[in-house]
Amino acid sequence: MESVFNHVTPHIGFIYPNESDMAWTQLIVIYPYITGLVAGAFVVSSLHHVFNIKSFAPISRFALLTALSFMIFAPSPLLFHLGQPTRAFNALITPHWTSAMAAFGYVAGFYVSLLLLETWFAFREDIVALSKARTGIMGKIYGWLTLGSDDVSPRALAIDHKIARILAMIGIPAACGLHGYVGFIFGSLKTREWWSSDLMPVIFLLSAVGSGVGLLIVLYVIVSKFRKTLLPDETMRGLLYVLFTAITVVMVIEGLELLEIFYKGREGVETVKALITGPIWAGMSIQWAMSIFVLAVTSALLVYDVHGKRLVNWLFMSGLAMMIGVLAMRWNVVIGGQELSKTMKGLLTYYPEMFGRESLFVVGIITICPYITLWLVTKLLPPWNEKIELENKIFDVHKIT
Amino acid sequence: MTTPNEKIDKKPDTKTNESVPLSRRRFLEFLGKGAVCAGALAGAGSALGLSETKNPKRAFQQNDEQYSESINNPPKVPDYNWNDHQWAMGVDTDRCIGCLRCMEACKMENSVQMDAFHFRTWVERYVYLEGSNTAVVDSQSDPKNIENTKSETKFRFDNRYKNVKVDKAFFVPKLCNQCEHPSCVQVCPTGATFKSKDGPVLIDTTYCIGCQYCVQACPYGARSFNESRGTVDKCNWCYHRITKGLNPACVEVCPTGTRIFGDRNDPESPISLFIKNNHVQVLKPEMGNAPNVFYKGTDKEVV
Repeated sequence: MESVFNHVTPHIGFIYPNESDMAWTQLIVIYPYITGLVAGAFVVSSLHHVFNIKSFAPISRFALLTALSFMIFAPSPLLFHLGQPTRAFNALITPHWTSAMAAFGYVAGFYVSLLLLETWFAFREDIVALSKARTGIMGKIYGWLTLGSDDVSPRALAIDHKIARILAMIGIPAACGLHGYVGFIFGSLKTREWWSSDLMPVIFLLSAVGSGVGLLIVLYVIVSKFRKTLLPDETMRGLLYVLFTAITVVMVIEGLELLEIFYKGREGVETVKALITGPIWAGMSIQWAMSIFVLAVTSALLVYDVHGKRLVNWLFMSGLAMMIGVLAMRWNVVIGGQELSKTMKGLLTYYPEMFGRESLFVVGIITICPYITLWLVTKLLPPWNEKIELENKIFDVHKIT
Repeated sequence: MTTPNEKIDKKPDTKTNESVPLSRRRFLEFLGKGAVCAGALAGAGSALGLSETKNPKRAFQQNDEQYSESINNPPKVPDYNWNDHQWAMGVDTDRCIGCLRCMEACKMENSVQMDAFHFRTWVERYVYLEGSNTAVVDSQSDPKNIENTKSETKFRFDNRYKNVKVDKAFFVPKLCNQCEHPSCVQVCPTGATFKSKDGPVLIDTTYCIGCQYCVQACPYGARSFNESRGTVDKCNWCYHRITKGLNPACVEVCPTGTRIFGDRNDPESPISLFIKNNHVQVLKPEMGNAPNVFYKGTDKEVV
């Protein structure tokens, strides 16, 4: 008889019959994950742009490009998940404002526009220089990217910086709003005990900042390895402070959330216990093991005042652990919430499919896309404040004269 | 999975009406005749088996052509004014015998997917074993019940409590509660699902984007996702029938009068009398959804 059930989620206890076909799967796990990385990366970028913290200057533009590359792909898991993706714009044309989801298109659209604008202002000086330094098709492309504005006088640059700073200032509440809003989509559902929590938006937001910082650390270390450049000590220390703050607050609030569920002990709390020790046991273990690892390592790095190569290595591992831990947390929330039946008398155990529209394969591709995009974007707009050198222009008669 | 029914399983020929496996009228005629004799239950069951195909997710009673026709050219009901009615349903759980005719009629009438995990209505069985303070619950979709019938499209409750002592047992039919404050409508990002003025919560399947937020938001698990159509599906009290003065299919076929349906604007309608004459309650009142399905004789264990 296994053929009957091989395409549904196996369960124990009593669940509503319609529940065995799980509505939100791994695509909805990576959607908040990707938006979270955006929020975190953007916050780091703003620490330099808005608060003028000098130690973040070397990576602030790289962080901005990271946020942009990931934000472009944030809606794609949702589109893959929709039963009727061609109708996605219905939510924009006729938004039903009582729905938490209706604003998504506007929020995401606003945020992408803001990121594009800020990127342009932050890179305009470079774009103008590149349009003069490069020849051929790339020269043309940079020419177009200047949008006809090639004034690089100190006054014009000062205006650029000012606008970029204002945009970054708007961007901080926007990034927090975007991600707190994702938490609200889950937290506002009264039907699911595991989601229905006032702390959900805060947990989503703080873990997002943590994972975004983790991502930046990992990328920055890897990129510097390939570029064979040194990692400035004060930048790594700065990232360490942010990561430590994020993990501390996240762990406290997540702990409070669990404590509240068990202390209140509402009807069905035994099933919640069974959920944690059953279907999402592995996820919870990874989430908390990684969190404890990050907390321990960052604390030790602070206590022993570590610098140099050891700092880089341990911080790299912490960043990676943070990313894995937050991914596990997203899984525990999104999948775990649905594994706990609405009857509170049953548990499902979800097994992801490997191939298909909503499969791990698709998730893998969507997850890789932002990294490739980031690589291409850094080729187009080098964020490392290097001097732009002229290309070999032997055949460019006009420019020589 | 092989069943004897597969031998007579034919793909529906879309060109002629004659060859559609089992039209609604034929099915209801069949049930009408069958209800007289004891063999009715088995008969209807095997009739359902006719629609079984190899891929259960695509097994519709209504073929795709008929579906698109009904969407593109919906029947006009000239004499119906939705301001004049306030539909409601009652469920007298003391009467339910768990025969599942309501569920099978619903699947036929509304082309609900012919498998064990997409339902517009279903029946739950609550059993207090001797000396126990809590009920053991299962529905027709319970793996053991499916295993018993050896089919995903023929639903029966198995006889698993044959050799144990039972203190108390009862069936509870479930369906969409057509709530006054539907949380599914609240969360729909496009407004494709909406509360009609006469009561039922309806879905515009030509506008639904298939995000399934409403599936998450329904406290009663009444919504399911139709993968083939890419949209969400739910009970609408057979809106196409009630607007023509007919009862919903589940009410029509119920052999014991468990399900009561009618217009609350009419004080003499069956539902008005049912609510007036009985102590009724609703499911999960703490959700604040204010359901419009009223239950008589449920139990603390009913979720």
